[in-house]
Amino acid sequence: MKETVIKTDKLTKRFGDFIATNEISFEVYKGEIFGFLGANGAGKTTAMRMLCGLSTPSSGKAEIAGFDVYKQTEQIKKNIGYMSQKFSLYEDLTVLENIRFFGGIYGLTDLQLKTKSEELITQLGLASEAKKLVASLPLGWKQKLSFSVAILHEPKIVFLDEPTGGVDPITRRQFWDMIYEASNRGITIFVTTHYMDEAEYCNRVSIMVDGKIEALDTPHRLKEQFKSDSMDDVFYQLARKATRSDN
Amino acid sequence: MKQFITFVRKEFLHVLRDRKTLLILFGMPVVQILIFGFALTNEVKNATIIVADQANDDMSRELISKIEASRYFEIERSVSDPHQIVEAFKRGKIKLGVIFPAGFTHDLLHQNQAQIRILADASDPNTANMLTNYLSSIVQDYQSELNKTMTVPYRIVPETRMMYNPQLKGVHNFVPGVMALVLMLVSVMMTAIAIVKEKETGTMEILLVSPFKPFLVILSKAAPYLILSLINVSSILLLSVFVLDLPVNGSILLLFAESTLFIITCLSLGIFISIKTESQQVAMLISLMGMLLPTMLFSGFMFPIENMPLPLQVISNIVPAKWFYIIVKSIMIKGLGIQAIWKETLILGGMTLFFLFISLKNFKIRLS
Repeated sequence: MKETVIKTDKLTKRFGDFIATNEISFEVYKGEIFGFLGANGAGKTTAMRMLCGLSTPSSGKAEIAGFDVYKQTEQIKKNIGYMSQKFSLYEDLTVLENIRFFGGIYGLTDLQLKTKSEELITQLGLASEAKKLVASLPLGWKQKLSFSVAILHEPKIVFLDEPTGGVDPITRRQFWDMIYEASNRGITIFVTTHYMDEAEYCNRVSIMVDGKIEALDTPHRLKEQFKSDSMDDVFYQLARKATRSDN
Repeated sequence: MKQFITFVRKEFLHVLRDRKTLLILFGMPVVQILIFGFALTNEVKNATIIVADQANDDMSRELISKIEASRYFEIERSVSDPHQIVEAFKRGKIKLGVIFPAGFTHDLLHQNQAQIRILADASDPNTANMLTNYLSSIVQDYQSELNKTMTVPYRIVPETRMMYNPQLKGVHNFVPGVMALVLMLVSVMMTAIAIVKEKETGTMEILLVSPFKPFLVILSKAAPYLILSLINVSSILLLSVFVLDLPVNGSILLLFAESTLFIITCLSLGIFISIKTESQQVAMLISLMGMLLPTMLFSGFMFPIENMPLPLQVISNIVPAKWFYIIVKSIMIKGLGIQAIWKETLILGGMTLFFLFISLKNFKIRLS
């Protein structure tokens, strides 16, 4: 029996007349890498924000790590990690200070912080950069560091909002190795992306069009279902039906 | 609590790492105090005056030597004819002329009352006013010295020709003014920018997703600026006491307490601005135009509020700096205690609560 960590039922978000996310229902299982795809403006970010407790749903139900998104946002926050589209570490702090700060606000003890940060820095091969300002790191490293910081407190689920935007293919590959590694440890990965090769790496993929989930399955079965040989094509078949323009 | 300390430490790192801003923050009050201080004190000290002693008797000479001895005046020369004073004014060499009418001592001894006449160069009304006031107080000192042993008091009546600004305004009033300005700048603008910066870079999102309480986010962002501002208050006071010889006449403790209150008022304003704006530029512009400018115009520091048209006088009441300015002036210069300024303190406190309340109400825990 697979353990469900995210469960939504007709989750909806309205902004006035505009329905950003329209009755989406899905489940995500523990340790899974769940790809959350959709064109710009399809409602991905809105959905993700509701799941993170950054935005209150207009209607519908959702449970994250067993906690209700309406009432138990505090518990949800303790159990999730989040990495946003924008690079979101402090550029004017050093690598080490960033790790200590984010670990600190998640309530890690000094000892935990010390071992964790040492571990992390060796893992990332940043030993010589640990005391340098984050601003001086290349983008690829920043993103990898960002991800490591997002899972520093060992969350049950980590939400990644287009984590590899603007990163070169080699670094992207390395980034995905880190994602696999985290998933092997039992961390559930909820990731949005525009890169269809990345969609192939996911265990299961959902594709959103105009606020609704139009397809949800493993990449393999989706390709069968849409009779195409690439996720790129599957995505294109679905996304061109969209009536909403960009943003 | 530990999380809070972690957060505050990070805020300090931000502040300390930005060396240029830090230099400006600490350097600005020093420079302002020195510029304002010396621009004003140099005028006041050792002003050249001219004396026409038509009496030339014991008491007139004694009084003249008193004037000579004070550090405010330097007697350039003595003349016998008052018309020469007018000539000297025209050449623009002297600031003040003093005329003792003939029979000065005689009048004082027999009628218990004598007159002197003070003429001031009014081309610089502020200086003229200061000097006449200084001179009058020297005369007054002399008079009370004479009266110690007297039953029927002597009166020396100085008749001043230029009557500007009768309340002796603007001598060292710039110190409280600079204090209000600096605190406004540091607390309002820097806090607003610091918080909006987190919004701009996207780190605010990360913080809101974390279990760290949003209320504490705001609190820890404001904490370093409270401390920075208190350091600024100290440096301004040290400068004014040791460099400008302007003592704090009232309680220092009370002065710091009131400053802390005003800093908190400013911080809550800064937080309010940061909640309502999305970019650092907008936050800065609003802080400058919406806060700093009214502070300069309406605190009474540069322009006397009493001279403003009524509508502007009414507007001046909503400027927090006005009340702080009154408070600091009362404590520092007049040496008054809390019983004299409780009303202003209450108003500031009320404003603080108001801004804190609407800020917290408007601060969105959830981004949308």
